[in-house]
This record gives sequence, structure tokens and C-alpha cells, in this order.
Amino acid sequence: MTLELKSAGVSFGGTLFAGPRKRALAPLDLSIGATPHILAVVGESGSGKTTLTRLLLGLLRPTSGAVMWNGRDVWRLPKPEFQEYRRAVQAVFQDPFGAYNPVYRVDRMLTLPALRFGLAASEETARPLAEAALAAVGLRPAETLGRFPHQLSGGQRQRLMVARAMMLKPSVLIADEPVSMVDASLRATILETLYRLRHEERMSLLYVTHDLATAYQIADSIIVMRDGEVVEQGETVSVIRTPAQSYTRDLVAALPPPDPTIDWGLESSS
Amino acid sequence: MSALAVRGLCVEFASARGIVRAVQNVSFDLAPGERLGLVGESGSGKTTTALSLLSLIRPPGRIASGEILLDGVDIARATPSALRRMRAARIALVPQGAMNALNPVLTCGAQFADLFAAHGAPGGTARIAKLLASVGLGVEVATLYPHQLSGGMKQRVCIALAIALRPAVIVADEPTSALDVIVQKQILKTLLAVQRDIGAAVVLVGHDMGLMAQFAHRIGVMYAGRLVELAFVRDIFATPRHPYTRMLIDSLPGFGARGVFKGIPGLPPSLLTALPGCSFAPRCPRAGPRCTVEMPQTRILEGGGEVRCHDA
Ligand SMILES: Nc1ncnc2c1ncn2[C@@H]1O[C@H](COP(=O)(O)OP(=O)(O)OP(=O)(O)O)[C@@H](O)[C@H]1O
Ligand SMILES: Nc1ncnc2c1ncn2[C@@H]1O[C@H](COP(=O)(O)OP(=O)(O)O)[C@@H](O)[C@H]1O
Ligand SMILES: [Mg+2]
Ligand SMILES: [Mg+2]
Repeated sequence: MTLELKSAGVSFGGTLFAGPRKRALAPLDLSIGATPHILAVVGESGSGKTTLTRLLLGLLRPTSGAVMWNGRDVWRLPKPEFQEYRRAVQAVFQDPFGAYNPVYRVDRMLTLPALRFGLAASEETARPLAEAALAAVGLRPAETLGRFPHQLSGGQRQRLMVARAMMLKPSVLIADEPVSMVDASLRATILETLYRLRHEERMSLLYVTHDLATAYQIADSIIVMRDGEVVEQGETVSVIRTPAQSYTRDLVAALPPPDPTIDWGLESSS
Repeated sequence: MSALAVRGLCVEFASARGIVRAVQNVSFDLAPGERLGLVGESGSGKTTTALSLLSLIRPPGRIASGEILLDGVDIARATPSALRRMRAARIALVPQGAMNALNPVLTCGAQFADLFAAHGAPGGTARIAKLLASVGLGVEVATLYPHQLSGGMKQRVCIALAIALRPAVIVADEPTSALDVIVQKQILKTLLAVQRDIGAAVVLVGHDMGLMAQFAHRIGVMYAGRLVELAFVRDIFATPRHPYTRMLIDSLPGFGARGVFKGIPGLPPSLLTALPGCSFAPRCPRAGPRCTVEMPQTRILEGGGEVRCHDA
């Protein structure tokens, strides 16, 4: 199970109506899934992280290069292979507020994909799968199922997306800021689950985050992005402990220390 | 005189399975210019509390009881027209998931113009440019639509909108959880500078304990709808009194051993049924027999903190 970018890049615009041409992602090579691996992607907003995830998920067509699933162009896969790719590569979207259809109860978010991808034959058999997935992210099934998305808190919505993705047992999980809206304790619990999936179930994870402390905790390697380009990549400990680029050093230094006696420089003007 | 006083706030949501008691008997005072951080487990009632401060709870939710006093007005019972005048001008909100709060069919500039017009405030291109600059955005953003911006840029527009009318209280619900650390720091500097400039008090809801440590004067910790601890930031980190606060701080990752996770085992209680004792008791390593039968009341501690725990 290998998901690859082959010199895949994305530019937007460049037509009369879409405004000036803008490069969101410079042509990039990347491979994930051949062996279990957690790859963290960090970088400032607008650096192209979400664009990268949309490429890997087949939601956005590269304007140059190709996205390959097991050696074949994702955009030219025959139906059965495409369906398998859709199951094997799951997503947790960045924004839990925009990702839900507000008119459906959350049950549907879990049971529909379970049925569609053949994990369950009926609503009844899908339900235990849904319940187990919810419990794994600290949600009470009895209080979550039956609700509409707006009846859940931000972190609960975010966890629901993680639960849905894990339920489908993907070989590659593309998670865009999956725990940015939950507290430190739950974050530890969910990351532990993802870490276990990598170590015990051979799942690979592309973990987009701006939280370098959690990237350090779980990732095997890191890529640092800026302005649509990868500016640094390597093994996690060396990238964080001995960054080669000043931009990476800035990212590490910008982490607020969870200690009020350390001056982080919020008061200074620069 | 406090800038804002919250007394015995209770908020409920009617649901198919019964009443969800999202906020239960929350009280606190906000001094002028004070920065209060509100933290706690996901689903513990932080957003519900924050929205209540502007009376923005929508049916089937309601403020069941309690008072929210600002400028001598009880926001929990204010008329719709009084609320329209106060919101944005006296108390402003940066909502959770603010990036979806922007109107998709208006340019960012038009959203500022609308806000100024609604409050009869002087606006103009220069003022908008200045506000955008204060959150690190160029003036060209005024001509763009929300979908043309990255998530972080949208979030910055929302913050600029919240500070536009220089309110007395700014309620910010996870304003930077979608931003990278560098922008996050710029935004907090901005928020701090504006807050000082106009003397506004800030309620900052968030999960990043690092940010809280750096930004807040005091920290309130919520668990299952209740404020379980409220204390000065140094005391919260140095001597957390509530076991939940302690475990929350202990769960923070560091740059030491990797692959080590210290989440709190177990689930928070259902908000549908009221437990007789402390709501943290089922997960609390220090729980004794009294904890499961008797709800701890808020106790004032030496040094000005307060805690809801029999054992603290
Ligand atoms: N409209 C609603 N109907 C029923 N329950 C609701 C509704 N809105 C919120 N709740 C519940 O109220 C509780 C508190 O929600 P709130 O959004 O205040 O949490 P929070 O502390 O902000 O969490 P997070 O950190 O995840 O954003 C949650 O259990 C949530 O599921
Ligand atoms: N649909 C789009 N149209 C035009 N520009 C876009 C679009 N989507 C993203 N961009 C631009 O591409 C760049 C990268 O965006 P994104 O991948 O969302 O960044 P990140 O996820 O790292 O914050 C940004 O400059 C953004 O404005
Ligand atoms: Mg993004
Ligand atoms: Mg919230």
C-alpha cells in the first residue's frame, strides 16, 4: 500500500476570472504507506499543508506531476481500485465546523461509510463498529449517536472525525490538525491510539500539525513547509533538536512554554 | 468594580434524551483589563459559558439561571435591542471555528464596513487597513472573499473584526487553535497590545496550556460543566489544587522521552444525569468515600484561588 506524489504540484488561478496565478505547492516527491510510518507536516498557515493533504486524498488534481496509489495514477484508477483507494486512504479534515452536513445525525457519518465500504452488512451490524470507534476517542456512544453536529462541542466534532477514519481501518490516514481542538489529556489519549495503530496495525499517518511537541512525541520523520515548498525534512529528533534551517528554529522557539515563570516575549514589540 | 460579573450561571440544552446540563453554577468576576484563561476537558462547557456571556445560546439551549452583569445590565435578561447595541461594541466574540463565521458572499472589507455601519461608527479604508495590519494582514485582504484565504488568514480577519469597535470585554474561543505557532504568537501579541491599549478584559478559551501560561493572569479550569478551580496562573502551574488540574498539566508533552502518553483514563460523566458526588470522582486517583456521595462546594483558598474538591 503505497501513496506517492511524483513531482506533484498545485497552482491556482492564472485565468481571467480566477485572478493571478498562485503556487500553492511546488512540485514535490513524497511516499507514504510502504512501511508503517508517521510523517509530521509542519509549517505556517498558507504554506500548503492542506493543499498537500487534498492532493493525497484525491480531492484536488495536481496541476503538474501525479499522485500514485500502488504505482497507478489516482486520477486514472478503474472503479474497483478507486473504491479500494477511497477506503484505504482516510482523512481527518482540518476544520470540524465545516466538515459536517448539518441536516444529518452523526450516526450517519459512521454507519454510511461502514456500509459503503463493506465493513458491515446492515445498520444493526454497523452500530457496534461505530460504538467502538467512538469509545476509542473518549466519546460516549449513547450520548453522541442520535445528535446533530451542532449539538456537539468543537473537540467532540473533531474526535468524531478521528473515530470515523479509524473505524475504516485505513492503511494511510491523512490527518490535518486532528487534535488541535481538544485538551492536552485527550490529545495524549488520541495520539496514543494513532501511535498504536502505526506500531500494532501497520497504519501510516500523515500528521499535519503546528504542535511540534506532539509531532516530537509520535512522528518518525518531519517535513517543514513554507510558502508551498519543503524547506527541511528529516528524522524527527534531529529536525527538532538540531534544525538546519532558521525557519525551523523559529517554529520551535515560537512554542509557548507551559510555565508562567519563563518569559516567552509576548510583551516585547518585535 | 469588575468589568464583568458572572453569578451562578446554569445553561441547559433540551435534547431527545433529556436535559444536557452543559454549564452548572459557574461564577467568576473579571476585573477591567484582566486576562482570564478558561481551560478544561473537551465538552466541559467552555464554549457554552463563553457564548452565554453574549447571550448567544440558541434554542433548544437556554440560560436556565444566573446573572451576567456588564455595565450594570444583566446580559442574561437583556432585551434584543440592548443586546444588539452591546455585542461587538461592549463585548465582542471571536467564535470557535471563527473561520466559518465570515460571510462567504462579502469581501473582507465589506464585513468591516457592515460592522461599522451597524454601530454608526466611523469606518473607512484607512481604518480597515490599520485593523488588518494589526493582525498581520495586508490591505489587499480587504478586497478578497473568505474562500480566497487560508484558514489562518480567515482567523486573523475574525480577530480584527472583534477588536474593531474597541469593546470592554473580548471573548475569544480558541482563536489560534487553527494557526501555526508563529502566527499564533503574533496574534497573541496583537491581542495583548489591543487589550492593553483599550483596557479591555479578555476571556480566552483554549486548550494550549503553554499559551495560557503566557497570556492569562488567572486560569479557570472546567470539568463536566463546573468551574472546578480558579486561581492565579502561577499557582495553577506551581501548585494545582484540583486533581483534574494536576492531571491535565501532567499530560502535557515535553521534548524528553518520545512515545509516552499521559492521558487521563476514563470518560467524563454524562451531563444528562446528575451524579450525587463530585463529577471527577470516577476518574480521580484521590477520591475517597465522601467524594462519590457529596458534591464539593467551592472553597476560597489562601492566596485568592478557589477550588471545588473535598481533598484539595
Ligand atoms: N445544542 C446542543 N444540544 C445538546 N447538547 C449540546 C449542545 N451544544 C453543546 N452541547 C453539549 O454541551 C456540552 C458543553 O459544550 P461546549 O461546546 O460548551 O464544550 P467545550 O468545553 O467548549 O468543548 P470543546 O473544548 O470541545 O470545544 C457538551 O457535552 C456538548 O455536547
Ligand atoms: N481554492 C483556492 N484558490 C486560490 N488559492 C488557494 C486555494 N486554496 C488554497 N489557496 C492558497 O494556497 C496556499 C496554501 O494553502 P493551504 O494549503 O490551505 O495552506 P495551509 O494548509 O498550510 O495553511 C495559500 O496561499 C492559499 O491562499
Ligand atoms: Mg491548512
Ligand atoms: Mg468549545
